[in-house]
Amino acid sequence: MIFGHFLKQGLASRYVQVAVLILLAVAVMVPVLNLAVPPGNPFHLPDHWVPLLGKYLCYAMLALALDLVWGFCGILSLGHAAFFALGGYAMGMYLMRQIGSRGVYGNPVLPDFMVFLNYKELPWFWYGFDNFWFAALMVVAVPSLLAFVFGWLAFRSRVAGVYLSIITQAMTYALLLAFFRNDMGFGGNNGLTDFKEIIGFDVSAGSTRLGLFVATALFLIASLVIISSVVASKYGKILVAVRDAEPRTRFIGYRPENVKLFAFVLSAAIAGIAGALYVPQVGIINPGEFAPANSIEVVVWTAVGGRGTLVGPILGAILVNAGKSWFTGVLPEFWLFALGGLFIFVTLFLPKGILGLIGQVKASARARREKRAAEQQVLAE
Amino acid sequence: MNDVMEKTPDTAAGSQHPAHREHKAKFLLYLSGVSVAFDGFKAINNLSLFLEPGEMRAIIGPNGAGKTTMMDIITGKTRPDEGEVFFDGDIDLTKHDEADIANMGIGRKFQKPTVFETLSVEDNILLALAGQRRALPALFYRSNAADMAKIGEILDTVRLSDRRQDLAANLSHGQKQWLEIGMLLAQKPKLLLVDEPVAGMTDSETEETAKLLREIAREQSVVVVEHDMHFVRELGVKVTCLHEGSVLAEGSLDHVSSNQKVIDVYLGR
Repeated sequence: MIFGHFLKQGLASRYVQVAVLILLAVAVMVPVLNLAVPPGNPFHLPDHWVPLLGKYLCYAMLALALDLVWGFCGILSLGHAAFFALGGYAMGMYLMRQIGSRGVYGNPVLPDFMVFLNYKELPWFWYGFDNFWFAALMVVAVPSLLAFVFGWLAFRSRVAGVYLSIITQAMTYALLLAFFRNDMGFGGNNGLTDFKEIIGFDVSAGSTRLGLFVATALFLIASLVIISSVVASKYGKILVAVRDAEPRTRFIGYRPENVKLFAFVLSAAIAGIAGALYVPQVGIINPGEFAPANSIEVVVWTAVGGRGTLVGPILGAILVNAGKSWFTGVLPEFWLFALGGLFIFVTLFLPKGILGLIGQVKASARARREKRAAEQQVLAE
Repeated sequence: MNDVMEKTPDTAAGSQHPAHREHKAKFLLYLSGVSVAFDGFKAINNLSLFLEPGEMRAIIGPNGAGKTTMMDIITGKTRPDEGEVFFDGDIDLTKHDEADIANMGIGRKFQKPTVFETLSVEDNILLALAGQRRALPALFYRSNAADMAKIGEILDTVRLSDRRQDLAANLSHGQKQWLEIGMLLAQKPKLLLVDEPVAGMTDSETEETAKLLREIAREQSVVVVEHDMHFVRELGVKVTCLHEGSVLAEGSLDHVSSNQKVIDVYLGR
């Protein structure tokens, strides 16, 4: 009952309704175009497109998660890819344990890299990852816990603004260095790869890839509806209030640190799920995912789509990454310049991103209509 | 000279004095021997101030007299180095933070109007309405007639009923000041601290604000910090003049403004 009302608030936005419908259509059409339309037909979707599109949707989920904290609470996290990567590693550990004795060294318990590095037994933190439910729990729990501890310390000490951004960046950099180490037990430089099966399905099979794609689309829809509901609730208003005038909320009697902490943890959990869906589709997770530049790219996607609009970051992530795929094929050495240029362009000319532009066009059309109506009225008189 | 508040010679001794123990219970707000220094600069120096329940008090004084710092101490933003700060008899305010103190019934209006610009006027008041302050239950809050009626009442009081659905950002400066006062009222505080409510207001807005504060003072205690002497006269309440972090003079406005020291440091300039 209560939850129904909560979700209804989230679905009240026209943009969210449209986005949910489009994503549902995509979730249906991609398998149809891939399976039902024969190869050679111009509408056929080639197999290699499926995981690529799935990857874009994972990025969209990450940008959406960032928008909750950046767009609605003013927390510019430059370390969100860390939560994504941690979720990815949790999934990767499950996938590694599913390989079993099919690895190069044929060890039924130890993953290949451990045999190679002379591990005698499985490190304690790999226990339980042979169960999917346990891995799924960790996908959410590990990023959430890191966000909770990090946020609790930072928000209570009233670290905000640029300082907070810098320490989030430091956080992801520290994780990058840690995961690069071979003795951390996460595969070091090479990361985790050579996956075989996910809950009994062959990860490289076309049908599994379609299944993962549809799952990603559904998780993205669920995340959008949940975040939109959170933002539309009274809590969402408090969140915006904290963004606009934090001292005021304090003197009214709220605790901004708790308000921020909930949003930060929820955002990290969603980023973690996105990472977990990403890994089986791209087939590898390595420490490169923690690179500070990755987190900054997420900020660019969000800004391009429209910060604080929820639907905008989804659009931004898909468009920028599609652009990246195309650009790196045609002019690989210029991609970073294009990305930088795009960010400058958006900051200067589209402060509210693509979605903000749509709003502006609508508003100016309405203003023009009203003006014309007023003129006609004057003429009539 | 006899206007000058009798100062407690020593904080510790003052608090042990039986007469002062009795005193505290009588006052809504009790500041005794409070001092605070920032990097060696004494912003508040052995300040004592007592406010009775239901009283409205105007605080005047030159820039840097410690008016805002005093409010910071009362609301828990700044911890005093020494001295006692008690609210409602026996609540030691130096042991609580801003959110706690706000929930105990002290509301504060800032010098610069601080409202939630991207929320509607209605939502600004809604967030300030007395009640639940925890983050998670707010996820499942449902708008209800009782709350809407309370919001309507407050907006009537602060003369913003016709702007209810507008964004706070689109209000005029004076209206933002009123919205902020409305948010204070919604908190249902026992004590309102109001910092320069008429700064930047037109004359008619200033008069309206004085009227508004007098209305509020019928039910709540109010401390107003203000520079505008015309406005202070309009309030017609007891005045405390601060200078260099302590009380220079206290009494009726005529009394205080005829004090030679007050003329020297503040009015005469």
